[in-house]
Amino acid sequence: MEIILSIAIGVMTSCGVWLILRPRTYQVIIGLSLLSYAVNLFIFGVGGVKTNVPPILSGNGADGVLADPVPQALVLTAIVIGFATTALFLVVLLASRGLTGTDHVDGRGEKR
Amino acid sequence: MALACLTITVLAYPQVTDGNVLRYQLEWIPQLGLNFTLRLDGFAWMFCVLINGIGFLVTVYARYYMSEDDPVPRFFSFFLAFMGAMLGIVLSGNVILLSIFWELTSISSFLLISYWHNAAAARDGARMALTITGIGGFCLLIGLLLIGNIVGSYDLDKILASGDLIRGHSLYVPALVFVLLGALTKSAQFPFHFWLPNAMAAPTPVSAFLHSATMVKAGVFLLARFSPALSGTYEWFFILGAAGILTLLIGAFFAIFQQDLKGLLAYSTISHLGLITTLLSLGSPLATVAAIFHMLNHATFKASLFMAAGIIDHETGTRDMRRLSGLFRYLPYTATLAMVASAAMAGVPLLNGFLSKEMFFAEAIETHADSVLDIILPYVATLAGAFSVAYSLRFIHTVFFGPQPTSLPKDTPHEPSRWMRFPIELLVVICLIVGIAPAFSVGPLLHTAVVSVLGTDTPEYSLSIWHGFNLPLVMSLIALIGGSALYFVLRHYLATCEDGPPLLRRLKGQRIFERILVEVSWRWARSAEQRIGTRNLQPQLRWVVVTGFLAGLLPLWLSGFEPRTFVFSGVDKVFAGIWLIGICLALGTAYLAKYHRLAALIMLGGIGLIVCMTFVWLSAPDLAITQLLVEIVTTVLILLGLRWLPKRAEKMDEAVTFRARFRRFRDLLIAIICGVGMTFVAYAVMTMPVPDAIATYFLENAYSEGGGRNVVNVILVDFRGFDTLGEIAVLGIVALTVYALLRRFRPAPDSMVMPEQQQIQNRFDEERPERNAGDTVREYLLVPSVIMQWMFPVIITFAVYILMRGHDLPGGGFSAGLTLSIAFLLQYLAGGTRWAEDRIRILPLRWMAAGLILSILTGIGAWLLGYPFLTSHSQYLTLPLIGKIPAATALFFDLGVFMLVVGSTVLILVALAHQSIRINRLRTIEAEKAKEN
Repeated sequence: MEIILSIAIGVMTSCGVWLILRPRTYQVIIGLSLLSYAVNLFIFGVGGVKTNVPPILSGNGADGVLADPVPQALVLTAIVIGFATTALFLVVLLASRGLTGTDHVDGRGEKR
Repeated sequence: MALACLTITVLAYPQVTDGNVLRYQLEWIPQLGLNFTLRLDGFAWMFCVLINGIGFLVTVYARYYMSEDDPVPRFFSFFLAFMGAMLGIVLSGNVILLSIFWELTSISSFLLISYWHNAAAARDGARMALTITGIGGFCLLIGLLLIGNIVGSYDLDKILASGDLIRGHSLYVPALVFVLLGALTKSAQFPFHFWLPNAMAAPTPVSAFLHSATMVKAGVFLLARFSPALSGTYEWFFILGAAGILTLLIGAFFAIFQQDLKGLLAYSTISHLGLITTLLSLGSPLATVAAIFHMLNHATFKASLFMAAGIIDHETGTRDMRRLSGLFRYLPYTATLAMVASAAMAGVPLLNGFLSKEMFFAEAIETHADSVLDIILPYVATLAGAFSVAYSLRFIHTVFFGPQPTSLPKDTPHEPSRWMRFPIELLVVICLIVGIAPAFSVGPLLHTAVVSVLGTDTPEYSLSIWHGFNLPLVMSLIALIGGSALYFVLRHYLATCEDGPPLLRRLKGQRIFERILVEVSWRWARSAEQRIGTRNLQPQLRWVVVTGFLAGLLPLWLSGFEPRTFVFSGVDKVFAGIWLIGICLALGTAYLAKYHRLAALIMLGGIGLIVCMTFVWLSAPDLAITQLLVEIVTTVLILLGLRWLPKRAEKMDEAVTFRARFRRFRDLLIAIICGVGMTFVAYAVMTMPVPDAIATYFLENAYSEGGGRNVVNVILVDFRGFDTLGEIAVLGIVALTVYALLRRFRPAPDSMVMPEQQQIQNRFDEERPERNAGDTVREYLLVPSVIMQWMFPVIITFAVYILMRGHDLPGGGFSAGLTLSIAFLLQYLAGGTRWAEDRIRILPLRWMAAGLILSILTGIGAWLLGYPFLTSHSQYLTLPLIGKIPAATALFFDLGVFMLVVGSTVLILVALAHQSIRINRLRTIEAEKAKEN
């Protein structure tokens, strides 16, 4: 399990990094989304990888081994904040495109 | 105000005699040894009287000096701020506190000097003063921190008591140098003296206050204050002595050749401060007595002289000594007062200046350390004395005597009002009283001040006018006669010459300073920016990525990477299969994002779903729900944005330059390295046994304290509720920013035309007479639209359900909020923006505000019951029909989160969706314009 997840994280990081280094704003926004998947999964993975033990109590206290709730709580807010930053970046992207007439990240030039 | 402070200070006098100390302490940051300590001893008391007394007199004077056009409230508020900061310096009993007040005086003096900020000279002078004293203040802070480190305490009393420890420490020299840098810059000592004449662009009351009793005295105050702890060494003597003697001489010499009245006074101030510094450098108790005495005397006569110069400026309209002459017949009172004050400055017997100068001469003769400085000191002292006689004489003779002035800007000067002269009168009377009967007037006060500095070392000294016919008296006589002779020799040259001393006129500290400033802050900065800076995003991001990677690698490198035997825990085939697809999708996204945006977006959504499945698989149902909902919203959001991006390039570039290829290869390499690194780190972290830190605590207490079974939700709304509050605030801010950015959004010209698909659909309508324009657009995807509209209540119910069960089962405010906003979103998608807004009015801003307020109120509610912010209370409520529901107060908090998430998400999406309505309006406006043309 771990090996698959870590390879997946690695691949998504690679793709994300590659994309944020590209000159088009759209590529950067997609790259950021990919990176945030990778980072979210990574943080999630820090708590250990367990199946079928969601951190939901059945009785009044902890019974048996449950998944670590802390990284989950962190990632949950991270997902929502990630959405917010994506929205913000998208709008900045659109505004920059409207002002400069190009979708290059520096707002000028047809350099590729 | 100043008078009230003065009264308080005077009343406190009985408590500080005989070396007693008044202390007041307030804990500030006791962990760091920082306390708000105020202490008042005799020396500080003397300074308080000076600051408050002269502050009061200057305030009275300024009342009449400032013209009606000047913004007077600003002046007095800066003035009092400065006075407060200055009192802070003399009163603080903690060296860090002292340094803070020190900086405050720098800043408030900057504001005062630049008071007439329309004049370039005022701005430049203020900037220079701030730069020099600011750098000095920084050095002082370093020095004080070093001292505090040596002593182990920042308390002033402890530092003063451990002089031997400091002097014997290996860090003594650096600490000394830094402290001296602070003091010398503040007191305008050579080579930092040049800021003071430039600060003369300030209004005269400011000069009178800053350059007599306060600002520049802060430096010598500091020296005297720390002399028990730092003085007595060869370094102290040498650095201070050299600076002091040079300043004494240079200041006096330059003062002779000034044409500006205030310039003359400024250089004379520099010279007198040099005298005080020289005295302090000697380190003998008697010299310290003389220094303190001279601080007092200089303050009195210099303040009165500045004010007199201000009156002259006020009445005649000029301060240029080449134009002023024969003013005695117009201003007889002022002239008399100025004459007495400048006689005190020159050191004429029967005035206070004479006494301290005499003490200085006496100390100059004594040999304290065997060095060149010591041998030349008596001669230098006499010479400087002669210079000071010469410039004092010049001040009086040029301005008040001689022929009638011919070229004054104002016609007939006349005596100023009674109260404008009052401060000068009072100060001059003090000069006289101290000069004639020192032992009775100033004696006890001086004794109090001296005892508090020197303690048991206080020497025997006598304050009398006549010590018999001895060497100091001879030196005084030589200075008086020599100075007068010098003036009469130079008289005709001075009446016409340019500003500044001969030969050295071109060598201006100011110019050097400005050159350095330009060099450092402009040329160097610019070349550094050109060399290593870039305005392009790509290199910046590249550096961020590379630095991030190296920062991750560094700890591994330093602590060594321990190869462990990785236990292969087996691979689930389905899971592997899912992620195989995921990896393909990720690669596809990366490849297609440039030319096939929609395809890339769909693939991105696919990855999102796979991530969501992973969360389900790995026991994180809450995350899965949230991820799924966010995925929907994000996709819609980017789809809305796609409309405004430029059309994609139809074909790939054939000709790729070598540079571009190289760049791509480099980026690919960076990306692959980062990915591989991430893989290893992730694998290592995941296979490591998780240290049991706080997870168990949360799991065990979620139900008993948070009243919920869904631990993730309990953490969010209860244990870490404050973090969540911050996060939803961020979300709200982002939504508002998006809204604000889009209000002024103007699409690029090539996005203005209607999308191709709509054009085709409209053309289809036009070709058929039985159809109205826009029918096809409206009927497009009719069946899904109807389903979406019918789903509206269902989704709302679902959202409420998710919200309610959130505390015990997967769900909660975040996911419920997203669900509800999707419900709204579907209505927009189904019927179009206009249709949706005709039927439902969503006020996202109100939702957001209500949500935030509700969350905060829930937190505050806990206060009312005496618990910390956001403490929750839980119980179960039985509602009819629904049954038992958890009703922890956290539910209300979650409700706030829910409302804010709804508001923000809807606000963002609607703002984007509205652009298509706005563009119609823009289009019609442009069409009208085109018609008019």
